[in-house]
Amino acid sequence: MELLLDSLFNGVAIGSVLLVAALGLAIVFGLMGVINLAHGELMMLGAYTTYVTQLIFKLPILKPFYNSYIIVSIFLAFIVSGVVGILLEKTIIRKLYGSPLETLLATWGVSLILQQFVRSVPLAYGTGLVISLLIGLFLPTTFPSKIKESINFKYFKFSSWIFAALTGVLTGSLISSSVSKLSRASARNVDVTAPSWMRGQVEIIGTAFPKTRLMIIVITIISVIAITLFLNQSAWGMRIRAVTQNRQMSDCLGISTEKVDIITFGIGSGLAGVAGVAVSLLGSVGPNVGGNYIVGCFMVVVLGGVGNLLGTVLASFGIGIMTDLIGAGRLLSIWPDMPLPLSNTINFFATTSMARVMIFALIVMFLQFKPTGLFPQKGRMVEN
Amino acid sequence: MSLSKIKFDKKIVLSFWIILIALIVAAPTLLPVFRLNLLGRYLSLSIVALGVDLIWGYTGLLSLGQGIFFALGGYCAAMYLQITSSSEFPNNIPEFFALYGVEKLPFFWEPFRSPVFTFFAIWIIPALVAGLIGFLVFRNRIKGVYFSILTQASLLVFFNFFNGQQKLINGTNGLKTDVTQLFGQMVGSESMQRIFFWITAILVIAAWFFAKWVVKGRFGNILIGIRDDEPRVRFTGYNPVIFKTIIFSIAGGLAGISGALYTVQSGIVSPQFMTVPFSIEMVIWVAVGGRGTLLGAILGAVFINYAKSLVSEALPASWMFIQGGLFILVVTALPEGVLGWIQGDGPRNLLQRLGLKRKIETYPSLEVKNKEGNNE
Repeated sequence: MELLLDSLFNGVAIGSVLLVAALGLAIVFGLMGVINLAHGELMMLGAYTTYVTQLIFKLPILKPFYNSYIIVSIFLAFIVSGVVGILLEKTIIRKLYGSPLETLLATWGVSLILQQFVRSVPLAYGTGLVISLLIGLFLPTTFPSKIKESINFKYFKFSSWIFAALTGVLTGSLISSSVSKLSRASARNVDVTAPSWMRGQVEIIGTAFPKTRLMIIVITIISVIAITLFLNQSAWGMRIRAVTQNRQMSDCLGISTEKVDIITFGIGSGLAGVAGVAVSLLGSVGPNVGGNYIVGCFMVVVLGGVGNLLGTVLASFGIGIMTDLIGAGRLLSIWPDMPLPLSNTINFFATTSMARVMIFALIVMFLQFKPTGLFPQKGRMVEN
Repeated sequence: MSLSKIKFDKKIVLSFWIILIALIVAAPTLLPVFRLNLLGRYLSLSIVALGVDLIWGYTGLLSLGQGIFFALGGYCAAMYLQITSSSEFPNNIPEFFALYGVEKLPFFWEPFRSPVFTFFAIWIIPALVAGLIGFLVFRNRIKGVYFSILTQASLLVFFNFFNGQQKLINGTNGLKTDVTQLFGQMVGSESMQRIFFWITAILVIAAWFFAKWVVKGRFGNILIGIRDDEPRVRFTGYNPVIFKTIIFSIAGGLAGISGALYTVQSGIVSPQFMTVPFSIEMVIWVAVGGRGTLLGAILGAVFINYAKSLVSEALPASWMFIQGGLFILVVTALPEGVLGWIQGDGPRNLLQRLGLKRKIETYPSLEVKNKEGNNE
C-alpha cells in the first residue's frame, strides 16, 4: 500500500512537471498548429525570472516580504515569457503561419539566440530589456482611442518606444548597481533556494513528501484550472476556440484573428514561464535547462491528441507514472521472485535514461495503434 | 520551387569540374594537415547533407534524427577499428572493457572482426534502421511536424541508450579511433589522414552522382509529387509509404557512410553525434545551401562548417547568435537557399530592384524563351 502510494506520488510529481511544461505547448501547438521549439527557452526565461526575483527580494526594502517571492515570481515569469512570446509572434511566427516546418526551424534559431543571450548578457540588463519591451508593446494600446485613430499615432508609438528604452536602461543599471550578482554575465548555472516555508517535508498517511514537489503539483493544478476556465468561460476563450475550429469563418464574423493569435501565443508562452518557476524549484537553472524538457513536452502533446487539454493531462500523468514504475524498477519490488530473464530486463531499464528509452519506445509503439493520440480531432479532410 | 532549373553552359560545367578536380588533387599538398583534416571532415558531413536534401528538399520529410544514422555508421567503423587493434590488451578485447570489469566481448561486437562485414555494415545497418523507423511512421500516415517530432524522439532514445551503456559501448566516453591500427598504420597518422581525405572526396562525388540518379526520372518525380501534394499521389495509384521508406533508408545509408568517414577523421565517435542540436544543424546546412539542389547541400555543409570553425576560433560566444540568426534569416528571407536563389529569379529581381535591368511584364518563364528574340 505504502509502496503504491509512494509510486503514485512520485509519478504524479514527475507528471505534473511535464504537464505544466506541456500545457503552454498544448495551447500553442494544439490550437494554433505552431511548432515552437523555443518553448524550452521560454521556460528557461521563467526560471531565470525566479532567480532574479529572489535576488531582488533580498534587497533591504523588500526583505520583509522575502517569503512570498515565489508567488510573485509566478506572475512575473508569466509576464516575462509572455512578452517575449508576443514579440516572437509579432516578428517571426506571424510570417510563417501555414508552413509548420519553417516555423520549427525559425524557432530553433530563436532558441539558440535566447540561450546565448542569457550567457553573454548580464541578467540585470536582460531584465531592463524585458521591461522596455513590455512598455513598448503595451503602452500604445492604453492610449485613448482618439489618439489611436489619429494620423500622428505612429509618432506617439515611436515616442513610447523611446520612453520604454530609457526606462529599460534605467532599471537595468539600477538593478545592476544594487544587486552585484546580476551585474555580470555568466554561463554558470544558478540556484534558486526555496523560501523557508517550502523546505522540508509533509507527512501524509505515513509517507513523507517534499514540500517543493507539492508546490509544483499545486501550481500545475491552478494553471490547468485557470486555462480551462479561460478557454471555456471567457469571451476571448470562446474566440480562440472559434478561430481554432474555422479561421476564415471567424474572420468573416468579425473576430480579429490577428489579436486572437497574439493572445493565444502570449498565454502559451506565459505558461512556459510558469513552468520555468516549477523547474527552478527542482534543480539548478542554466541556459540549457529548457532543452531537457522540450521533447518530452512534444511527446505529451502528441500522445494526448493535439488540441485536447484532457488528453494532455492524462498523457503527462501516464508518462510520469510509467517513468517512475520503470525507472525505479518498482515492478521488481512488487513481485520479487519473478523469473530471471524478466527481472534482468527490468533491471536493465531501471535507470533514468534507460527509462526514457523505454517510455519513448512505448509511445512510438502506442502511436502505431492510435496515430493521432488518445483523443484525436475528428474531421473529414483528406489530411486528417 | 520550380522543376525547371536554368541549364548552365557546357563550358561552364566543364571548367567547374576541372577546377573541382584540381582542388581535390592539390588540397593535400597545399593545405597544412590540420586544415586538410578539417576540410575532409566537412566534406564527409556533406554526404549526410545530401541525404537530408533527398528527404527534405525533394520529398518534404523534415527529419530531425539523422544523427542516429550518422552515429551508427561511425560506431560501426569505430568498433571494427577498436577490435582489430585490441590484440595487446587483456582477453583480446578493447581496452575500455577492463574499466567496467567486462571479460567477454558482447555478442554484437563479434561480426565486426571481419572487415567485409564492417564495410557493408557501415551503410546497411543505418539504412535498415532508417527503413524500419520510417516504415513504422509512414505506415500510419504520420507526416509533417509529427514526423519531425517522432524522429527527434527516436534520436533521444538512441542517445540515451548509447550514453547509458558503458559496459556495451563505453557509454558517454565514446570509442576512440585515432590510436587504432588499420593495415598496420596508425589511423590518426598524417599519411592515413591524407588517404582518408582522398576517399572522402571521391565518395562525396560518388554520392552526388548517386543522389542525382535517384532524383532523376520517375522515381524523383514521385518524390517531388509527395512533397507537393501527397494525397494526390496516393489517389493516382502510387503508394507513398514505399517511396518514402526507400528514400528515408537511402538517406540513412548516406548518413552512415558520412558518419564513418567523419569518425575516422575526427578520431572519436561518441553519443555527442546523437545530440538534438547536431541533427538540426544538418538541416540548416541544406537550408542555407538550397534545398532541392544537390550541389547546394554539399556547398552548404562545407561552407557553414568552415565558417563555424573560423568564427569559433575568433569569437567563441558569437557563433550561437550567428547560427540562430542564420536559421531565422534563411527561413524568412531566403526560403530556397543561396543556390536556389541564384538558380531562380533572385539575381534578376535584385538587378531590377537596383534599376540595372528592365522589368519584365509577362511571366518569367515566357520571357526566358523569347530572350534571344526581342530582349537585350
